[in-house]
Amino acid sequence: MSRMPLAAVFRYVVLAVGAIIMVTPFIYLLSTSFKPQAYVLTIPPEFIPNPATTANYEQVLTSHNFGLYFLNSTIVTVISTVLSVLISSMMAFAFARFKFRGRELIFRILLIGLIVPAMMLIVPQFVLAKQLHLLDSLVGLIVFYVAGTLALNTFLLRGFFEAIPAELDQAMQIDGASAWSRYWRLAIPLAKPALATATIFTFLANWDEFAWALTIITDQDKLTLPVAIQLFQGQNATEWGLVFAASAIAIIPVIIVFLVFQRYFVQGLTAGAVKG
Amino acid sequence: MTILPTPLAPAGRAPEQDSGARPAPRRAGRSAVPFGGHRRARHSRKAARAKLTPYLFLAPGVALFAVAILYPITQAVNMSFFDWQLIASATSEFVGLGNYVRALQDDRFWLALANSGIYMLFTVPPQIVLGLAVAILLKKRSPAQPVFRALYYLPVVTSWVVVSLLFKYLFADAGLINFALGDLLHVTDGATSWLANRWTALIAICALGVWKGIGWSMMIFLAALQGVPRSLEEAAIMDGANRWQQLRAVTLPAIWPAMLFVVVMLVIGGFNVFTSVLVMTGGGPGGQTEVLLTYMYQQAFEFLDFGYGSALSVILAIVVFVLAIVQLRVFRDRSGEAYA
Repeated sequence: MSRMPLAAVFRYVVLAVGAIIMVTPFIYLLSTSFKPQAYVLTIPPEFIPNPATTANYEQVLTSHNFGLYFLNSTIVTVISTVLSVLISSMMAFAFARFKFRGRELIFRILLIGLIVPAMMLIVPQFVLAKQLHLLDSLVGLIVFYVAGTLALNTFLLRGFFEAIPAELDQAMQIDGASAWSRYWRLAIPLAKPALATATIFTFLANWDEFAWALTIITDQDKLTLPVAIQLFQGQNATEWGLVFAASAIAIIPVIIVFLVFQRYFVQGLTAGAVKG
Repeated sequence: MTILPTPLAPAGRAPEQDSGARPAPRRAGRSAVPFGGHRRARHSRKAARAKLTPYLFLAPGVALFAVAILYPITQAVNMSFFDWQLIASATSEFVGLGNYVRALQDDRFWLALANSGIYMLFTVPPQIVLGLAVAILLKKRSPAQPVFRALYYLPVVTSWVVVSLLFKYLFADAGLINFALGDLLHVTDGATSWLANRWTALIAICALGVWKGIGWSMMIFLAALQGVPRSLEEAAIMDGANRWQQLRAVTLPAIWPAMLFVVVMLVIGGFNVFTSVLVMTGGGPGGQTEVLLTYMYQQAFEFLDFGYGSALSVILAIVVFVLAIVQLRVFRDRSGEAYA
């Protein structure tokens, strides 16, 4: 007869209590998204909506331009993520595979991009975007999202490229392969796990970005999801059901990405902290 | 467990193994002609091109970085010395350190700075202690491990705007928190207007920070713990160390680099708190919960005082830099390795 040792039982109980605390807000979010406005703040709080309704979802999807915001977010996030990973992987390849004048200097200057708080730049970036006529446009979001994620991705990918055995590179070179084809046909395919990690983190960061979008977008038709959801809070009484129906839809892509690519999350995180 | 080297590793450990840019035949690229004839000339043209290759790979990224990040950094400093006018036709007046002097005399700036500091102090230690505790409990691999890991990490990947709205709702007058504390646990009268005064609002904002961040530190500690050699722990147990002694003598020293990485990142993150405050309280009531960044944002984009906003940004950057450097020093001293 197998018995769980007391210590293990204790461990699971503590973990389970913690997990309940972590998850309860989400469950409450979901349940509220199915409640009519009159029932969103009741004492005692109801976890199972009664009466339950899908009206909030219908309203979000039909009358609030939500589809457009979702599309805007998707366009901006996908384009800026692809560009960022492509451009940073090129930089990372140069740093990892070539020896050239100024390499360490340029690398160290990039380091600055990692330490300077993004919000510190929001004022001068706004002025710059105004001069470049990038205010109130999705392009304005994309350009600065790409720029903002370059440094971190380059650092992450440089390490991966360096881990690719030099022999492979040299063999291709002897065969007369150009630098571009060594990058595109050797380094990129071999670094797929790292590219996946960089892609996921960049995607999430851009999908969630709030401050910059809040600052430069004023045209209602160009809003991204975080800003739109924040605006769903009415002037007077917040329609919580509506807000959370929109939120639930907005976090679906995130949760899917997270659950499917969990192992890359772990890799990406540990890249920063733990040495192999 | 990971093949990734740390981004904090000293730059330039790269295996210097290219090729393309190996010192090409002497004087390559400069004078292609004299004696070499055709072959030699072609060779050195090739070498010159090879020399250019890495720069071509860097060009798009470096150009964008220079325009959108480096230039704004210099502009932030520059603008902070002006009474900056956004309209092109208006002249911006040079005010020297005026904006900084104004900040030092601005009570609301000090309140915002204090609130940022309070946020850091009350979110960083809990995230470390709780994150580490969960990681230790989760260390043993089991079928339940990935499930718990995912549940604890879920808030980390969820949008700040969404979770801020969610917590605003939980801390509403008739919200779940008042119900839990009042009707369920009877520790309060259940009628706290959390977001309507400074300290209770800060508690709510900090609670969100901790809840959202535990999963992140847990994940890093978990990875670090799995790198601790079993033999060390077994030796400690053989020596009769109790759990607490094991933690202090074996586990903590072994994960020290991860620990300091977490501390540095969380402290920097603490001073960057913005979205949650903006969404949950808007800095109110009466500016009581304003943090550095919301205050800066308000000065710049509500009052269009870009010069003052820039000065506040620079002050924030200085605070963050100083904290980061101090911590990296400690980091280096304790781990005996050059990380910074």
